[in-house]
Amino acid sequence: MTETLPETHDKLAGLRAATPARIFLPRAGLALATQANLQFQLDHAEARDAVHERLDVEALIKALRSRGLEVLRLASAARDRRTYLLRPDLGRELDEASRAHLAGSADDYDIAFVIADGLSARAVSSHAIALLDEAMPAFQQGSWKLAPVVVVEQGRVAIGDEIGEILGARLVAVLIGERPGLSSPDSLGVYLTFAPRVGRNDAERNCLSNIRSQGMSYSEAAQRLFYLCGEARRRQLTGVELKDDTPLARRDDQSPRLGDPER
Amino acid sequence: MYATSIRGTRYTFPDLKSLMAKATPLRSGDCLAGIAAASAAERVAAQMRLADLPLSTFLREALVPYEEDEVTRAIVDGHDAAAFASVASLTVGELRDWLLSDAATDETLAALAPGLTPEMVAAVAKISRNQDLIAIAAKRRVVTRFRDTLGLPGRLSSRIQPNHPTDDPKGILASAIDGLLLGNGDAVIGINPASDDLRRCHELLRLIDELRETLDIPTQSCVLSHVTTTLRLMERGAPVDLVFQSIAGTQRANRSFGVNLALLREANEAALALRRGTIGDNVMYFETGQGSALSAGAHHGCDQQTLEARAYGVARLFKPLLVNTVVGFIGPEYLFDGKQIIRAGLEDHFCGKLLGLPMGCDACYTNHAEADQNDIDDLLTLLAVAGVNYVMGVPGADDIMLNYQSTSYHDVLAVRRMLGLAPAPEFAQWLESMGAMDERGSPKPLALPAAVLPLLAKA
Repeated sequence: MTETLPETHDKLAGLRAATPARIFLPRAGLALATQANLQFQLDHAEARDAVHERLDVEALIKALRSRGLEVLRLASAARDRRTYLLRPDLGRELDEASRAHLAGSADDYDIAFVIADGLSARAVSSHAIALLDEAMPAFQQGSWKLAPVVVVEQGRVAIGDEIGEILGARLVAVLIGERPGLSSPDSLGVYLTFAPRVGRNDAERNCLSNIRSQGMSYSEAAQRLFYLCGEARRRQLTGVELKDDTPLARRDDQSPRLGDPER
Repeated sequence: MYATSIRGTRYTFPDLKSLMAKATPLRSGDCLAGIAAASAAERVAAQMRLADLPLSTFLREALVPYEEDEVTRAIVDGHDAAAFASVASLTVGELRDWLLSDAATDETLAALAPGLTPEMVAAVAKISRNQDLIAIAAKRRVVTRFRDTLGLPGRLSSRIQPNHPTDDPKGILASAIDGLLLGNGDAVIGINPASDDLRRCHELLRLIDELRETLDIPTQSCVLSHVTTTLRLMERGAPVDLVFQSIAGTQRANRSFGVNLALLREANEAALALRRGTIGDNVMYFETGQGSALSAGAHHGCDQQTLEARAYGVARLFKPLLVNTVVGFIGPEYLFDGKQIIRAGLEDHFCGKLLGLPMGCDACYTNHAEADQNDIDDLLTLLAVAGVNYVMGVPGADDIMLNYQSTSYHDVLAVRRMLGLAPAPEFAQWLESMGAMDERGSPKPLALPAAVLPLLAKA
């Protein structure tokens, strides 16, 4: 026997449509009815799998090279997922071999794109290429000198600082899988940092968040990213001082609660 | 230096904070900070040494320097020696024994609270099992009032947390109505705004205030914006019931939250001056959580459980209506799995209650922690047995804005039923008058109250 609110009221459907929250769920006794309960379990299972899935680096690199992009493959100092989760500091550093490998490509670049698995490899494999396809042409036509695209495993946002510093890039854009939500296992974020170097903090970055099919579209993300990069280059900074004034800009400044969990 | 020899092995601890850290049950945040015990045996050795430590040691040796830290100064300067007198000669272990004895009652614990420092209760927690943390906390009822009475024996209240990823008013209203129809919301209807934008927060406050007025609900509303935003909202005449702020256990960690004690005092006075509470004047709402100081690089080499207790030392300066630890929110690098989250939730509730706070708990986890809803079921049940004042009511346990999972409206109902608990008395009466609950506390399938329809049309 499941119980739910009487569906007599046409307002109810309108209310349900007003939010993706799990409201007016059918009950069995005081608990959730079986179907609603298992739906939750499924959503959690997908989010958990997204956290623990390994990024298919070969496929990603192949896709990048087929677009004529030069690619470097690196790894953070966190050797596996458990270490990554327990030691965020190691996910922000390159391992020794990667550092040496990267130094070989050092030059003077306007911008470096870094792709990191972060907390959702699924977000990267689903959206990173599509986003770059939208974003790259503007940079290429706008005479930006692009560093090789860097793919880094077990990486956190701040690993872009070390990568950008070693490469000699004036800007670094880190495309990274965000912490999966129950309804968003594949959300991609982009973090932009001017004059990247080890020790930068999050207040010195700009962020585009929630890039996925039910969230921010590729074209919107690409436009906003190009705008932010242009402003960052013009004003020689990123972070809280650099506001996204594009008409598209909505809210990225989520009020932190007890310090944001590392994305 | 503190030392002890156990079964032929000598263990030394250079100072009180390292003794405290090594005595702490294992958790990832202390490992991340590099201050955890190196072995299980060293942890117990530290606990044994800590158990023998006179409580008065904590009055002489500050874990965070007095000169550098206003939280330490507030704890030390506010210590009530007369209240402490009855336990002044005890060690940490003897205090635990006394707390478990029949001499420790709600009355004697209330009288003792101003004599205990956060560090003392943190130390007792470290040498207590989960069962002790529950049994001792269950003796203590901390009652607070604004428009209803929270924390009475036999009651379990909840916060409706109707968050929405873009602060859509209608979406928030929909979630709040669902919660009310399921008997939740007697602690507060509290929205985490997606944006700290002043105008947006003002709109949300008006929205919930209108809902409350329209249905004549004996509860309070809160938009959990930064305290500086709330101050400006009060200046603009927004209907602010409660001032919310996240707080931590050191001055530097609080600075990373953009607050200090003077600012909290200013906001507290501003809210009191509004005189919006009908039956009480507890106007502050604080959230805390183990690991916040380390995550801000402001932990002074102290373990996260001790610093959490110090955050309660901050909270109790302001006679809050609500305090809750957001126990599993911060992530697995601080509390790795369900076991660590459950333990921390019980510690936090215990420490808060012993210090005289109306403790609630957001029993929760993120998707990168080794935890799931079963762990939260366990923690919620244990906390309810321990007499927690309130927990969260999140639609379907899924917070779609903050992207984590907590307890649901349904969970609150289930635990109330299992343990024979009721909502706050004024709120229970209101639910009855609405015809929303039967005599056993089950929600009646009820159509939307006609009175909310005009609100929906506007939203």
